[in-house]
Amino acid sequence: MTVTEEKQSVLGTATRFGPSGGAPVELEGLVRTFGQTRALDHFSLSIEPGEFVALLGPSGCGKTTALRVLAGFERIDRGRVFVDGQDLSQVSAQSRDMGMVFQSYSLFPNMNALNNVAYGLRMRGHRTQSRRIKANQLLELVGLADQALKYPHQMSGGQQQRVALARALAIEPRVLLLDEPLSALDAKVRADLREEIRSLQQRLAITTVFVTHDQEEALSMADRVCVMSAGRNEQTATPAALYARPATAFVAEFVGVSTRVPAERTDDEVVVFGQRCLVRSADTASTLGLVDALLRPEDVAIELDPTAKDFVIHMSFFGATTRLVVQVDELPVRVDVRSDVAEEIELGTRVRLKVISRDVLIAPRAGDVLSSPT
Amino acid sequence: MASLIPEIAYEEVLGELPEVKSDPQSRRLPRIRYWRVIVFFLAGSYFLLPLYAGLRFSFENDAGHFSFYAIEAIPSQTGFSQAFFLSLRLAAVTTVLTMVLMVPTATYVHLKLPRMRRVLDFVTILPIVIPPIVLILGVLHAAPLWLRASPYLLSLVYVILALPFVYRSLDAGLSAIDLKTLVEASRSLGGKWVSTLIHVILPNLRAAMLSATVLTIALVLGEFTMASLDLWSTLPVWIYQFSQKDAHIATAVSMLSLIGTWLLLTLIVSLDRSQSRRMRKRTGTL
Repeated sequence: MTVTEEKQSVLGTATRFGPSGGAPVELEGLVRTFGQTRALDHFSLSIEPGEFVALLGPSGCGKTTALRVLAGFERIDRGRVFVDGQDLSQVSAQSRDMGMVFQSYSLFPNMNALNNVAYGLRMRGHRTQSRRIKANQLLELVGLADQALKYPHQMSGGQQQRVALARALAIEPRVLLLDEPLSALDAKVRADLREEIRSLQQRLAITTVFVTHDQEEALSMADRVCVMSAGRNEQTATPAALYARPATAFVAEFVGVSTRVPAERTDDEVVVFGQRCLVRSADTASTLGLVDALLRPEDVAIELDPTAKDFVIHMSFFGATTRLVVQVDELPVRVDVRSDVAEEIELGTRVRLKVISRDVLIAPRAGDVLSSPT
Repeated sequence: MASLIPEIAYEEVLGELPEVKSDPQSRRLPRIRYWRVIVFFLAGSYFLLPLYAGLRFSFENDAGHFSFYAIEAIPSQTGFSQAFFLSLRLAAVTTVLTMVLMVPTATYVHLKLPRMRRVLDFVTILPIVIPPIVLILGVLHAAPLWLRASPYLLSLVYVILALPFVYRSLDAGLSAIDLKTLVEASRSLGGKWVSTLIHVILPNLRAAMLSATVLTIALVLGEFTMASLDLWSTLPVWIYQFSQKDAHIATAVSMLSLIGTWLLLTLIVSLDRSQSRRMRKRTGTL
């Protein structure tokens, strides 16, 4: 079978199987405390039917807890969970109609791939023949029809996660929950499966919540990304909006790369590198006076100036662009330039920095340190 | 062989000691094997000599000559078959009771009360520390008359005696699987607790349960103190009592019971293996 034929076959199967039609999800003021730690702190989120939302945040930010609350595996101290308008806060996990793919390989070791996929249908009382047909269709959907009789220990990690996905989809869930399903896989398999999951989700139009700490994964797959910190929803927006218009300093620093640069704010303007810039309207920091400006590498341009006091201390080639690190008053500032421009630059080259973005996000001053990874 | 020649000889002949390139481990290897053989024989003798003595005694008559009379006489001995079948019944009841009690308990503790595992570890080791005689006297004193009149009181006490072995087997089995994820996967697919236990947990605990069963059966078939104090003639009690009448027959029975227990355990293990093979070969069964 050629690649095209294979794709057509899978598409045909998807059409036969779906679309399942997603359900809207509403999480309202969720609070969950573990001892002294508040894992969810009045966390709220609305998800449209058929939407793919990624919960993104650092370890311990509460993203997995939020997903487990939605799945019914974790009780909540306060708040409510609505799916398709129905309050599920007190409904047990087995009655919630949600398919879940776990971070660790969760296939039942005593069952082959076919039986794993058919398990949910068996629990719902489907007849043997219909279970077999549907399980085979789903294995075909994830490209593993030829692996139906293999046991989990005979399959690779990627294959196991595909079967787990087929198993979760078999019950035609109202919501598909993905708890870092790619984190245990190697980079190549992860990239392939990422595309497959997104493609399947779009074809089946199933509401999907995806937990990840990998921003590249979240930004490349999701319709919207919910950035979480300390159990709160920092910002939920499309990947482009999240990157271009971060609502808070945390989002700006967590998503993409930002450098904190000392600045001075006066009303709607802020002075950065001696240059007056507009303060971003979405900015919540109302502080006047000394603040930090959060600059992305592409927000800044350079001008070669042998008389300038700032100079290049590091260069990293990224293909079309080259990232420079410029020493500005003891502070390293990252700047992206076109690689052909970078050819004229070498370490120690004197440059002058200039803010080129329309406006600048500011935050209360946190000290002259680099606060996000390169 | 160069390494076996004394160093002084090298210095005398060649003036300078050459660098020996042979693997140092290869020189030590024969010594390790040598000790292995000694340890193997010592341990083997420790286990096999009493068995050999018992077997030899079983095949001798009173005059010390080789004879099958003790083996042939076993089935016709008074009380043997009752004692034999009582021990088998007690083993079966004890095994079922232990599994029904311990599989859900150990599973629940692993899932919901992981901090209690240490407490359970301690509690289940108590039957080893407390002498059986103390345990059975206490039970006989406290148990109601109708229960004291039943041999199955012994099964209840044997459950306690089996706890250290059974709990540890199950604990190891549960630790070897990602129980929490498997249970959550089953529940998210609509599996109720009982379905999850039957279809997901038990099949993946089979090896641990088998090991626990084997240990429980072996324990019950060999237990003497409690059965004797509760005045029930189980196989070990019968052997002891009969040994005062005819030591050859009593020894033959104990040898056969030992071999019988081994055969039973081998049968259980091989049945499990063949089932595992069938499961792997089974195709398309939903």
